[in-house]
Amino acid sequence: MDLLISSFFNLDILEQAWPFLLAGFWMTIKLTLVVVPLGVAGGLAVALLTTMRSRIVKWLVVIYVDFFRAFPPLVLLMFIAFGLPFLKIDLGAFGAVAVAFLLNTSSYYGEIFRAGIESIPRGQYEAARSTGLSAVQTMAYVVIPQATKNVIPDLISNTLEVVKLTSIASVVALPELLFAARQAQSVTYNATPIIAAGIIYLVCLWPLVRLLSRFEHRQIALH
Amino acid sequence: MSDSAPILDVRALYKSFGHLEVLKGIDLQVKPRELVFVIGPSGSGKSTLLRCCNRLEEPNSGSIRIEDIDILAPGVDINAVRRRIGMVFQSFNLYPHLNALGNVTLALRKVEGKTREEAESLGIQALTRVGLAEKAKSFPNELSGGQQQRVAIARALALEPVIVLFDEPTSALDPELVGSVLSVMRELRESGMTMVVVSHEMRFAQSAADRVIFMDDGRILEQGPPEQLFNAPDHPRIQEFLRTIQAH
Ligand SMILES: Nc1ncnc2c1ncn2[C@@H]1O[C@H](COP(=O)(O)OP(=O)(O)OP(=O)(O)O)[C@@H](O)[C@H]1O
Ligand SMILES: [Mg+2]
Repeated sequence: MDLLISSFFNLDILEQAWPFLLAGFWMTIKLTLVVVPLGVAGGLAVALLTTMRSRIVKWLVVIYVDFFRAFPPLVLLMFIAFGLPFLKIDLGAFGAVAVAFLLNTSSYYGEIFRAGIESIPRGQYEAARSTGLSAVQTMAYVVIPQATKNVIPDLISNTLEVVKLTSIASVVALPELLFAARQAQSVTYNATPIIAAGIIYLVCLWPLVRLLSRFEHRQIALH
Repeated sequence: MSDSAPILDVRALYKSFGHLEVLKGIDLQVKPRELVFVIGPSGSGKSTLLRCCNRLEEPNSGSIRIEDIDILAPGVDINAVRRRIGMVFQSFNLYPHLNALGNVTLALRKVEGKTREEAESLGIQALTRVGLAEKAKSFPNELSGGQQQRVAIARALALEPVIVLFDEPTSALDPELVGSVLSVMRELRESGMTMVVVSHEMRFAQSAADRVIFMDDGRILEQGPPEQLFNAPDHPRIQEFLRTIQAH
């Protein structure tokens, strides 16, 4: 028991590791603040493209979504960070993460928004168009607000996954929270930093999880 | 036939869905302040006719004029045309994420570019006309079916249309709620609104319609004043139809 506490919950170690963890935490926050809005915006764009009449556009979107959902995000990131510079496309570490996440998460967010848009009955479009709203205005003021509301639980749970996925940024030498924790662990030969990082994730994500289950309960109550 | 130019002038209108020919040469003129009532069996093309009149469906051929505008002309600003044509649907189609006032003011603000204050004052006026000013802040799911349909009517009226098209406005309502919607429609008619109403409410037609049109299989089989069409139609088909309606 003492051994467990000294190697997993060691306060001295925690004190030493704390500055690293804090730096990693800020990096994770920074990544999240860039990657989530980009992914949501990209996803919305993907979903809107699927509503276009053009067959070709539809096909291209299907290929895009399928490809980036099936392709491992870690490999994607490494390719963008280390492969593209050979083609004289060097985005820098942060840029590479942003682009890799945009490609990967926009396909997931896109599928969520698409389901939301498809849940809106035709009568809503007809009512809007019959009052003179253009197709774009109908999307912006009638369809997307309702579609988004209908898929909030899925958006939240996908966002939880995306936040956790930011840990892959460490492969391009962005010292985010988990990376910092593993570094601290290897220096101190002690697992406490890892546990601490886990607890930080837990504390930060827990409100989102609560929110999610509130929505899920409300949806059950509605049916 | 008329002393004033028609508000709605439909000529030789044809519409097919794939191989299914749904409208087979419709001619219909509706004069200012006229209430034209449309009846006919299910599938005869009543909804399709209304929906062609604001181009929710694209006709295959023919012409449709609203006042002086050929709405099928290439290059016509269809969104501008639609503002002048109110449409009321069987299933209300209120926007569930907006309250009653928001439903009524959306197009005023986004299409007509009015400020929130202007739009809301017009919106309240429109809701007052349908007797629901006090429900302005209620969301659709907090309103009865009859109230929802009246908000939908207010949404159409707020844009000051020159004609309002009703597609079975009371068919989705519980019987006890039908009266409130019909009385709003009656007041609208008395205020001089030009209206085309597809409905099975024969009593309303008897008392409020200037003209009843019987559609059958994509054509207008017969039309005339309600007394004539209901009591002494030329076609046995119509008597038969009226009997099946009354049986319900
Ligand atoms: N979008 C569509 N695609 C294919 N067929 C359609 C479409 N809309 C209507 N139809 C067909 O056109 C015919 C006429 O339909 P319409 O809705 O105009 O009839 P209606 O007279 O309004 O009938 P009801 O009294 O049942 O409302 C029907 O056979 C219907 O199945
Ligand atoms: Mg119909």
